[in-house]
Formats: sequence, C-alpha cells, structure tokens
Amino acid sequence: MEDLLQLKNIYKDFGNVKVLKDVNINIKKGEVVALIGDNGAGKSTLIKVITGVHKPSSGQVYFKGNEVVLKSVAQSRKMGIEAVYQERALCDQQELWRNIFAGREITNTFGFIDIKKQRKEAEKILRDYIGFTSKAITVDSTIMGLSGGEKQGVAFGRSLYFDSDLIVLDEPTMGLSIQETEKVLNFVKGLKKENKSAIFIDHNIIHVYGAADRFIILDRGEVAGEFNKNEISRDELVKKMIQLHESGKIKVND
Amino acid sequence: MSAILNSYFVKTHRLEISITIIAIILFLIYLIGAPQVFTRFPIYRAFMQSMPFFGIIAISVTFVITLGEIDLSFPSIVGITSLTFGSILTVTDGNFFIAFALASMLGMFAGLINGLLVTKIGIPSIVATIGTLYFWRGLVNVVSQGKGVAIVDVADGTWHHALFVEKFLDKIPAQFIWFIVLTGLMQWVYRYHKFGNHIHFVGDNKASSQMMGINVDNVKIIAFVQLGFFSSLAGIFTMYEMLYFWPTQGSGLMLTTLAAVFVGGTSVFGGKGTIFGTFIGVLIIGSLESGIIALGLSGFYVQFINGIMITGAVTIYALIQRKKT
Repeated sequence: MEDLLQLKNIYKDFGNVKVLKDVNINIKKGEVVALIGDNGAGKSTLIKVITGVHKPSSGQVYFKGNEVVLKSVAQSRKMGIEAVYQERALCDQQELWRNIFAGREITNTFGFIDIKKQRKEAEKILRDYIGFTSKAITVDSTIMGLSGGEKQGVAFGRSLYFDSDLIVLDEPTMGLSIQETEKVLNFVKGLKKENKSAIFIDHNIIHVYGAADRFIILDRGEVAGEFNKNEISRDELVKKMIQLHESGKIKVND
Repeated sequence: MSAILNSYFVKTHRLEISITIIAIILFLIYLIGAPQVFTRFPIYRAFMQSMPFFGIIAISVTFVITLGEIDLSFPSIVGITSLTFGSILTVTDGNFFIAFALASMLGMFAGLINGLLVTKIGIPSIVATIGTLYFWRGLVNVVSQGKGVAIVDVADGTWHHALFVEKFLDKIPAQFIWFIVLTGLMQWVYRYHKFGNHIHFVGDNKASSQMMGINVDNVKIIAFVQLGFFSSLAGIFTMYEMLYFWPTQGSGLMLTTLAAVFVGGTSVFGGKGTIFGTFIGVLIIGSLESGIIALGLSGFYVQFINGIMITGAVTIYALIQRKKT
C-alpha cells in the first residue's frame, strides 16, 4: 500500500507548552488508523495540525508523496483531507443547507450564494449519503433540533460528498446511542471499501479495536507505541493502556 | 387560523412578524391618539428626513451584533468623518469626489483599527470600541478646537447635495430612498452573500466556524470595516442635510441605533438576526419622540416609553426563543 500522509518530526508549542514532541506518523491508502491516548496526550492537537486548524511549530508533512505546508482548513480540504468533528463543527442556529456548505459555499463571481443549487445538493446529501428518511428533517431544519446521531450523519454525509482521500474522525461515537454507534462504525468500515483512509480518535477501545487496522498510542505529546491489529489482541491493547497509565511508559516488546 | 400559524413562513419569521405587529399597533395608537398630525403628510416627511441618519448605521451594526460583537465607537467615527468631509469639501472648493473618498477611507480605517484590536490583539469589542469612541471624539475636539465648519457655500445647490438630500417629487427626501435601497442591498448580503453567511456562522460558534474553514478574524475585521464605512456615509448625509459640522456631531446616535437593532429582534448572543427587523426597529425608535409629543404627552415621557418599548420587545423575543428550544 502506498503512503497517503506522512508526518515527520512534528512539533507544536502553544507558548511555553509543548503539546507535540517529535511526532512521526505514516498513513497508508485505504487504512484506518486509530489515535489513542489519555486526555492531554495531544490527539486533538495532532489532528488539528493535519486538518490545517493549527500550524505545526516545526516538522514536515507529506501528502501523496509531496511535501505540503498545511496553512488552513480550506487548503487541507482542497487537497482531500476532511475532518468530521462530530457536532462540534456544525453551527446550531443555522440551517442544514447552510451548514453543509459552510466555508465552501457555491457562489457566483460576486460571492452571492447559489441558493437553489446549494439546497438541491444538500437535499441529495440528506437522502442519498446520509439516508435520512424522516420528513421532520429537511434542508431548512436547523442543527439545534437534531439528535447526536443525526448530527454525526450530517458531518459524515458532508465528508462523503466532497470526496476526500483522508477522513479525520474526532470522537465519532461520543454521546451516541448503541444503535447510532453501530452505524458510525459501519461507516468507518465502509470507507476502506472505497480505498479511503481515516484517522480515528476515540476513548472507547472496544470501538477503536473493531474499526481500525492500526493503533498509534500518544502520550504527553509523543508516540508511545504503534501496533498493527494482527500483532495485538483487544485485551492486550487494553492492558498496554493501563500499563501506560500506571507507569507512564509502554514496554513495546512485552 | 392554526394553518397560517403553523406554516413554514410564519415559523421561520416569528421575529419579523412580531416586530411588524408591534410597529403597526404603535402607528395605530399614533393615528387614533393624534389624527390631526398622523393623517397628514408632513410628519412622515419629517420621519423620512431624520430616520436614515441612524437607520443606515443600524443596518450596518446588525452585522456586528450578529457576529456576537458590539461597536460603541461609531458615533465618534461619524464625527471624525463628518469633520473630514466638511473640511476637504471646503478646502477643495466643493470637490465631492476627493471629500467623499477621504472621508469614507478614514471611516474604513477607523473600522479596521477596531477590527484589528478585537481580532489580533484580542481585546473584547465592548472595551476596544469604548477606547476608540473616546479617541476619535477627542481627535475631533482637538482638530476642530470646538468650532464648527459651514459647508453652505460649497455644497448648497450642487448636484451632490441633490443626490444625497434632495426632495424627490418635492416630497420624498433622497436620503430615505437611499436608506431603502441600502437596506435591501444589505439584507441580500446578510442572507445570501458568503460574507453574510459567515457572519452568522462566526456569531453562532466561533470554534466550529474555524473548523469548517471560515477565516474568523477576516470576517470580524470586514464587519468592523463596513460599519466604519457606513458611519462615514451617515456622517456625509448629515452634513448635506445640515450644511454644517458641529463637534458633537453623531454623539447622540449611540443608543437610538443600538435600540433599533435590539428592538428589531437581532440576538445579542450572535448567530441570529434580521435586517428587516432592524428596519422596522428604526421606524419604531425613530418615531417615538414625535409620536409621544403628538399624542399630547410631555417630553418627559419619551425616555420612559422608549424603555417600555425596548424592554417589551426583547422580552417577547426571549419568550419566542424559549418556546423554540
């Protein structure tokens, strides 16, 4: 499998706080990689670097073999990196048709939105990509009235519609019902079939283990361990995490 | 009846409908209470003459409020740009283009400073714009030395004077037509331009907007800059109407303008607002003083009834909002 995304020697500081320290990561095409680690391990910061929200303090990023500078969310998206931040990347009081296209509106030369087209495409995403059948939810619904799973669906539908190569999933199952969680995990598995890659953050190791091919454990801003799924059982992975939590380090060749 | 109440239009325009009903009731009270004034044209001409000065700014402020920010400095931006306009027009012996360009550029520059203080330095807008409120008014006082500027000689009877404040068909003041046109244009921008869209998103949730790829800082800066521009425009309108600059020019605009926006139904929390509502808010706030006097109440009631109107309107909106969630 060829490399899709490579991070080399990535550092990120916020003032005096060193959040990421020399992170090296490879994501291959068609691979689902889970980032796991405690709160404050740097998972969120790392994906925000990948999606262009934060600029790294130093280090190189390669995408499809070329060195790139990730300057902004818009630029990451253009390259094919799409983030699904759960409901956190939707705005509550705005309509669905506005939310789906926020930051990349379909406009004419003067910057006015093509409302008709945007609504039509939003309708398509709602029915075809997300599979909303409920009459209660239309493109004119605001986000406020949706359930957690429905919001998640909108975020996923958006990422599918824009045909990205790498989908970044930040805690996609947080706060969802069992049934909705199942749907989300199926979605992640479905990505592989389309030869898309994903980075997946979740606190629940059971969810992570089922959906991911590889696990990268972050600890206080550093990569503490990396395992392929065939190298490690679920119980061993849980044990490693507990070990890390208790001793502050991982014995990789345990 | 319930079919009308449940229709999509009514559901999505509750605020606009409420404010329109309030305005209609208010004008009915005027009509019934003071028919001798309100069944005749002059009072409406007076309204059309005076409302645009703060109305234009109220439309523009709606963008900033929807962002979840506030700007208190616009009365002083009106002051400094009016002074600039009047002085340049005098010095150039009536060159409208130079005076207009310099005054509006200064207005945008003042807005840019507000925007930079808020986004790049990180000062809350209420604090930053109190600073610039004093700064620009102070500058007006220093430069003008407390003296006025008369532009009668260089402006009266010119084409640009006619363009801004001439009475159309001898009845409708040009500034009111401008006000309607600008309201329509800004309503379109507010609802359907990328910029207006981003204003709503940033005001709704800054962090989410950033994750969706909206340049939050730029949106805020542009919002303050356009308010600077419209403040200068309001200043120029006032100059043509009065043909005179006085150093306190604009300072009475603050509360009426903000009151019109909030009475109009724009949320102080950001993310939601209405230009149409602000327009109606301008009609309400702009008519209260004359209306109250015409009804035979003494001037002492003006602030009192203003208070009732503002408190009443925002209470209704809060209740509508609560019912929704």
